[in-house]
Amino acid sequence: MSEIALEVRNLTKIYSNTPALKGISFTVKKGELFSLLGPNGAGKTTTLRIITSLTKASGGTVLVFGKSLNEDEKIVKRRIGFVPQHINLDMELTVRENLLIHGLLYGMPLREIKKRTEELLEIAELKERGNSKVKELSGGLKRRLLIIRALMHSPALLLLDEPTVGLDPHIRRKIWGLIKQIQNSGTTILLTTHYMDEAELLSDRVAFIISGEIIAQDSPLNFIKKLGEYALDIFTDTGISTHYFKNKEDAEKALQTHTTYSNHVTLRKVTLEDIFVKLTERHL
Amino acid sequence: MRGFWATYLRELLLLKERFFRVLLSFSINPLLFILAFGLGLGKDITISGRSYLEFLVPGLVAGSSMLQAFAINVEINVARFYLKVFEEFQSSPISPAGYVLGEVFSGITRAFISTLLILTIAHIVGDIDLKIDPLFFLITFLNAFIFASLGVASAMTIKTHADQTLITNFIITPMMFLGGTFFPIENLPEFLQPLIKFLPLTIVAQSLRELSWGYTINYEPIFILLILSVIAYMIAIYTVKRAKD
Repeated sequence: MSEIALEVRNLTKIYSNTPALKGISFTVKKGELFSLLGPNGAGKTTTLRIITSLTKASGGTVLVFGKSLNEDEKIVKRRIGFVPQHINLDMELTVRENLLIHGLLYGMPLREIKKRTEELLEIAELKERGNSKVKELSGGLKRRLLIIRALMHSPALLLLDEPTVGLDPHIRRKIWGLIKQIQNSGTTILLTTHYMDEAELLSDRVAFIISGEIIAQDSPLNFIKKLGEYALDIFTDTGISTHYFKNKEDAEKALQTHTTYSNHVTLRKVTLEDIFVKLTERHL
Repeated sequence: MRGFWATYLRELLLLKERFFRVLLSFSINPLLFILAFGLGLGKDITISGRSYLEFLVPGLVAGSSMLQAFAINVEINVARFYLKVFEEFQSSPISPAGYVLGEVFSGITRAFISTLLILTIAHIVGDIDLKIDPLFFLITFLNAFIFASLGVASAMTIKTHADQTLITNFIITPMMFLGGTFFPIENLPEFLQPLIKFLPLTIVAQSLRELSWGYTINYEPIFILLILSVIAYMIAIYTVKRAKD
């Protein structure tokens, strides 16, 4: 039994002479939460759309639990749950009706659909809104519904495309809790986001994708260890200059030196955003 | 045929949601045609010994069932370009054949609602005597099947909402007016007649008219409509398979 849930090899996509993906490769282990991090237009959504067969790849291979998308499309689709970036729910139908249609699309028997619907409404704290029309729900509730809809057929691999985009901090935290809960139940997750804090908090491993290329991949902790765990931001007339330190003592020494001639110095812990800035300053 | 029930049920639930609005909008055009052409303009006109209203109503059934079946393209466009619900269908393990059949049956349902409304309105306001038998409904079914399939195909082929209006304006509306709905095609210029004669709508309008006037029809038109149904269905499946980035 393969321990790899998703394997992407040399994936390319060209949209009318413009390359969107330039041969990206990565693997996601079973039970892992792997994030693709990058700015808008980097190729994150295109990657997810190819894995869900919404977009045809120009080249490369996608294997989901060892099965090829091209050869076993229906089997592969059955094992994947997809939460798109845009809210593609039927606004005029109720929450339960949206889940029912999804269950039928995946060939679930009616009794199972009913049972699973109630379970998922409970998990997403949507039980009381089950008979509400989707158009009556807030943005955060719609987003939660979108996530549980993708879980209806109990997929082994969940693809989340920017699941918290445009949501306020309280709702984002609720969604993060839901995502962790899903991972803890054994589901493998591939997440795309451009929020560094989200990726750092949730991911076991992350890959930075810029202009259709993966420029680095590792665990958030390893990335931070390599760069240094502490950062000193020195605000100057020309911008911010950031220095990285392996330990707090070195960072504090440097802080004292700099505060003698400048008040605008901040000592803080390094985040994934530092890694992103450092990695991408050469590429952007 | 995986996906048929999900697709059809979704459309039925949406139809249920808008049922009274749908009834109203489906009633307006036939009511106006019956009042303006059937009872107003055509009051003293007889065709083949029948009142103009008796000529008009089977034609209206043919034309309206075509229009309403084809109009599923609007729903599909909304699902595809605006709500993006179509992506949910595309990423699920259903067969294109099942999806198309679900949409086609939704078109057929709309066509039958429209047909029943026309027959009811004609009966109430027109006081006419038409013979409606199972063959009448079979031909209406095949008509709706063909045009609902073409509705799916057109919705999958176009790139914007505006393109859809072009297809309706250039193909469906001319067929509605020239396909034997409002007048006998023999009244058209001779050079046009061979072309008009073989339009599916002409075949349907003539067959429905003959049946509703109590004549028997041979099986040739049904056979032609069956073949056209299979061709239109295959085209629709092909376009759904190709509808990827």
